[in-house]
Amino acid sequence: MTGSNNDPSAFKLESPARQAWRNFAGDPIALLSLGILSLLVLAAIFAPWLVPQNPYDLAQLNIIDGRLPPGSMSMDDKISYWLGTDDQGRDMWSAMVYGLRISLGVGFVATIGSLFIGLSLGLIAAWVGGKTDSVIMRIVDIQLSFPTILIALILLAVFGQGFGKIIIALITVQWAYYARTVRSTALVEIRKEYIEAAKCLDLGNTRIIFKHLLPNCLQPLIVVSAIQMAAAIALEATLSFLGLGLPITEPSLGLLISNGYAYMLSGKYWISFFPGVALLVTIASINLVADRLKDIFNPKLQK
Amino acid sequence: MTSFVIRRLGESLLVLLVMSLLVFAGVYAVGNPVDILIDPQATQEDVVRLTASLGLDKPLWEQYFYFLRQVLAGDLGRSFMFNTPAIDLLLNAMPATLELAVAAMLIATVLGIPLGLVAGLKADSWIGKTIMAISILGFSLPTFWVGLVLVMFFAVQLGWLPSSGRGATAELFGVPFSFMTLDGLGHLLLPALNLALFKLALIIRMTRAGTQEALLQDYVKYARAKGLSAGRIIGVHVLRNIMIPIVTVIGLEFGSTIAFAIVTESIFGWPGMGKLLLDSINTLDRPVIVAYLCVIVIFFVVINLVVDLLYALLDPRVRLGGESN
Repeated sequence: MTGSNNDPSAFKLESPARQAWRNFAGDPIALLSLGILSLLVLAAIFAPWLVPQNPYDLAQLNIIDGRLPPGSMSMDDKISYWLGTDDQGRDMWSAMVYGLRISLGVGFVATIGSLFIGLSLGLIAAWVGGKTDSVIMRIVDIQLSFPTILIALILLAVFGQGFGKIIIALITVQWAYYARTVRSTALVEIRKEYIEAAKCLDLGNTRIIFKHLLPNCLQPLIVVSAIQMAAAIALEATLSFLGLGLPITEPSLGLLISNGYAYMLSGKYWISFFPGVALLVTIASINLVADRLKDIFNPKLQK
Repeated sequence: MTSFVIRRLGESLLVLLVMSLLVFAGVYAVGNPVDILIDPQATQEDVVRLTASLGLDKPLWEQYFYFLRQVLAGDLGRSFMFNTPAIDLLLNAMPATLELAVAAMLIATVLGIPLGLVAGLKADSWIGKTIMAISILGFSLPTFWVGLVLVMFFAVQLGWLPSSGRGATAELFGVPFSFMTLDGLGHLLLPALNLALFKLALIIRMTRAGTQEALLQDYVKYARAKGLSAGRIIGVHVLRNIMIPIVTVIGLEFGSTIAFAIVTESIFGWPGMGKLLLDSINTLDRPVIVAYLCVIVIFFVVINLVVDLLYALLDPRVRLGGESN
């Protein structure tokens, strides 16, 4: 840490957001990760304009082009398969960009969902306290004592597969992390003077919670959200790889890797390998950004 | 302490009860339980007989108690695929999984603590940064993909190590283990490494964070001021203080290692409980799935109980905090 907080010569006041950004940008690896992550998100959003074919449209695929190594041309000389093709003649680059879209989409929706549920229950637990608090936190404790992959696997095995179900499974396993973080932050904040002052002013509970308490609980949630989003993407990929995640018609990165597994042993590495690299880069860049944020926000390291 | 133990035991029983309700709901109450529990090739008479034997004409709570009695008696049904009691299949697969998980935790701990210590002590030098980069990579690499790359590289390309199975096993206390033979060790190495990677990253990060925070503490500054050697400060003052959380995490992570073994076992064809579960899901062998759920839930409840009790024993703040609630 630069120690600029305590520097008496720094007369110009900086907004906390600007300060955090300056702190963040001080680490080249974190900055690079943020850049890569932005590119990945842009690629996922603008996927149709970036790739030569729609990998989900079977009419556009040509089975004759199946399992071509990277750098091959298609039979009709229209597409250059610079990352090769899979067993159905699907251009790997197109499949990967679309797969990235699904993986990021699943991660994003699951994060929003579990953030919403975890935030609500965590705030309720901290604000109401007493029996409500202990019941919610018991559930959180018990759930966190079971590994996420196990709970998700069981849910999918019992209730079946599909996009909606995998989102539900991811939310079910992740909300507890948010609830725990929000509750512990909120408990500290509630004891502070500004909340007491707001209570003395006889402001309504809703107003105190949403205008005063909530904004002050958000900072630690940023780090948790980023870490959990990376975890959600990895978990979805794992479940899809095990054949319990998304349907085969719209493969996410995990399913692409799974499809190529059989060919990997015969040396056709590209079907599994490139989607794996894409998945790795995605998860690593999110984790690296989260890691830097965690260091910035950790008061124990600010000396 | 006694009240803490009693409270904690009660809690474990409650968890078991809730889980049994969930398993019951998942398997018996969703859809027609006969469809789920009976072999699809069964005749009409079989269906009638099973419906009667399951007591499906009875109220739901009575059915639940029937299910509970079956579970308590260790009768979890027979596997459709193998026509043996599901619980036997599971118990036979358990040593393989335990062996894999223990090997993975050993690798993770033996490498992780020294690496994390170095990373924490030399946080700003290239070596600390390299270790952290590796650890973040370990966190980000999906276990299944690392498994594939390990197979591709060491088994297919180099041909150094076998890619699947347990290899030759030798019996220890009547249970077959792979680590007893050289061939088995070769088979164990890749899957154990694969499973260890995530835990290794975790232990490195925990040790590093603990070391960094401990170095800023007054007792370390005081030890330095007193002129103690660096070795003694690190070995006694830093390491001891960060050991409690690390030991807890190692204990807790053992359970999750067993869960993650599902992935590793499926890639390396390791004949453990995880592979059995996946095979059973794929073949809709429901009794085995139910048996897995029951065994794993009991397993986790016991692990959590033991870790909590040990923690309370090591750190008095835990039980004091618990009692003031």
